[in-house]
Amino acid sequence: MSNMNIQQPDSFEFTPENLELAKQHIAKYPEGKQQSACMPLLDLAQRQYGWLPTAAMDVVADMLGMAPVRVYEVATFYTMFNKEPVGKHHVQVCTNISCWLRGSDDIVKAIQETAEIQTGETSVDGLITLAEVECLGACSNAPMMQINDDYYEDLTGEDAARIINDLRSGKTPKPGPQNGRNGAAPLGEPTSLTGDA
Amino acid sequence: MLSDKDRIFTNIYGLKDKSLKGAQSRGCWDGTKGILEKGKDWIIDEMKASGLRGRGGAGFSTGIKWSFMPKEVGDRPHYLVINADEGEPGTCKDREIMRNDPHTLIEGALIASFAMQAHACYIYIRGEFVREAEALQAAIDECYENKLIGKNNVHGWDFDFYVHRGAGAYVCGEETALIESLEGKKGQPRLKPPFPAGSGLYGCPTTVNNVESIAVAPEILRRGASWFAGIGRPNNSGTKLYGISGHVERPCVVEDAMGITLRELLEKHCGGVIGGWDNLMAVIPGGSSVPVMNKEQCDNAIMDFDGLREHGSGLGTAAVIVMKKDTDVIKAITRLSDFYHHESCGQCTPCREGTGWMQRMMHRMVIGNATVEEIDLLEAVTRQVEGNTICALGDAAAWPIQGLIKHFRPEMEARIAAYQAAKNAAA
Repeated sequence: MSNMNIQQPDSFEFTPENLELAKQHIAKYPEGKQQSACMPLLDLAQRQYGWLPTAAMDVVADMLGMAPVRVYEVATFYTMFNKEPVGKHHVQVCTNISCWLRGSDDIVKAIQETAEIQTGETSVDGLITLAEVECLGACSNAPMMQINDDYYEDLTGEDAARIINDLRSGKTPKPGPQNGRNGAAPLGEPTSLTGDA
Repeated sequence: MLSDKDRIFTNIYGLKDKSLKGAQSRGCWDGTKGILEKGKDWIIDEMKASGLRGRGGAGFSTGIKWSFMPKEVGDRPHYLVINADEGEPGTCKDREIMRNDPHTLIEGALIASFAMQAHACYIYIRGEFVREAEALQAAIDECYENKLIGKNNVHGWDFDFYVHRGAGAYVCGEETALIESLEGKKGQPRLKPPFPAGSGLYGCPTTVNNVESIAVAPEILRRGASWFAGIGRPNNSGTKLYGISGHVERPCVVEDAMGITLRELLEKHCGGVIGGWDNLMAVIPGGSSVPVMNKEQCDNAIMDFDGLREHGSGLGTAAVIVMKKDTDVIKAITRLSDFYHHESCGQCTPCREGTGWMQRMMHRMVIGNATVEEIDLLEAVTRQVEGNTICALGDAAAWPIQGLIKHFRPEMEARIAAYQAAKNAAA
């Protein structure tokens, strides 16, 4: 169930396009096991609405033949389901050990100053929500953050501030490593896959 | 030193053509039908003989795990489930396979499914890996179009490969929690037995394997078990993707031989420890769940299952987290305590409550607001969590703290003394 202190919409309806996608998700699972599509459908609903209101959970429950409470259980168990509104750009900074060792505190601070918010808050223009999250699985590219679906890696505080400023002025900063690396290869000269085969 | 010709992941940095055609030019999907024609028993025996131990952390023989599945399919279908819920702090290797070398994984999934008589495989990818899931799906679509997988494919074994994304829960990396989650429920681990091979997904025989374990299988079977077994040390064979993070000059993910020394790994591929080897304080060699090692242990640590066990730690996921001398190691371990507290699913009391206790005590240890006796009390709390929970998350929460106390107790005591001194001076 969504945060009860948040104004909830009276109803929710999937768009025809998302209804079609929902059907494709449900078709991945065997006959009678459509409950497996619960998380994919909640994700679809959240992408459509921007966050996950209780009405959307009820629609998913109805589509999958689940008791609403079973859907609420799922929605509240997983951190990626936003039970209250988030900004247009959901900025999630990893502060777990590998990122912390390489300066994630600086990244958080830079974003707080640039967006003029504390962690957990949304900027007044509604564009930036800042969260500190657990390991995002890009540890060799630490420190890093996720903004909506994209990873921004190998950050400095200046990088983070620039990215936030770009987002606020409507630009699309380039995701991936910000220091010129290729993926998870070591910076500079390669140490493997150099073609000695 | 591992030479490029012995590397399985030839496009792990994504610099080469990621398409099916590109992957085929590097040897993927070569003679797959021939491998299947040798039969499931041959495949499983060969996997056993290769000595491949599961790459997800526990290090159980992949071949033996496959052999636990019922020999014949009864009234319940068999499933292969691939665990791509990569969330162990420090671990970032499966991501590279999925986004850059996905065909190794798809081919492996087909072969493993055939060996276990499964016609369907679900891969559970952590929800945050949106782009990785897209890259893998694109590769899967290409395989369907070219009839490499799907119904009536060229390999003669009907096989469907489905991507399922998670939504942010570390505990779903535990295989039974993953199955629960895949069934559309909260990801809370199941009691074992029954084991998944008897009753897993939808109550059907299921094997859950890590991404890397599956992705290395085709090349093992193509080149032969003896090739793989010939790399590394006995019982610790093969190549391995290492993910190095923290205080090295150039962090990276790299494939090298099992049994490489820690020092060679860091100096050859990462430009060494920042400030030089003697500036090293501690290393967590296998992801956050394994105990931390001090400098002396790091000096002669060998990177494989048995080599790290000798030092009271473990290979885990081979996620090497490096800390240089000026790191506040107490704070580093406290960050992990915060993590386990956040990720405890709440099912077992010792973990649900214990992770909170450990976290709160660790926060006091960071500033030294404790007594020396409380270090023993903290240790006692970890012992009451360890081994008393359904899954290993409780153990994983306990071990980093135990490692800290074992190797860095003097630092903890000094912190307490400094806090007391400051307090007395103020008074």
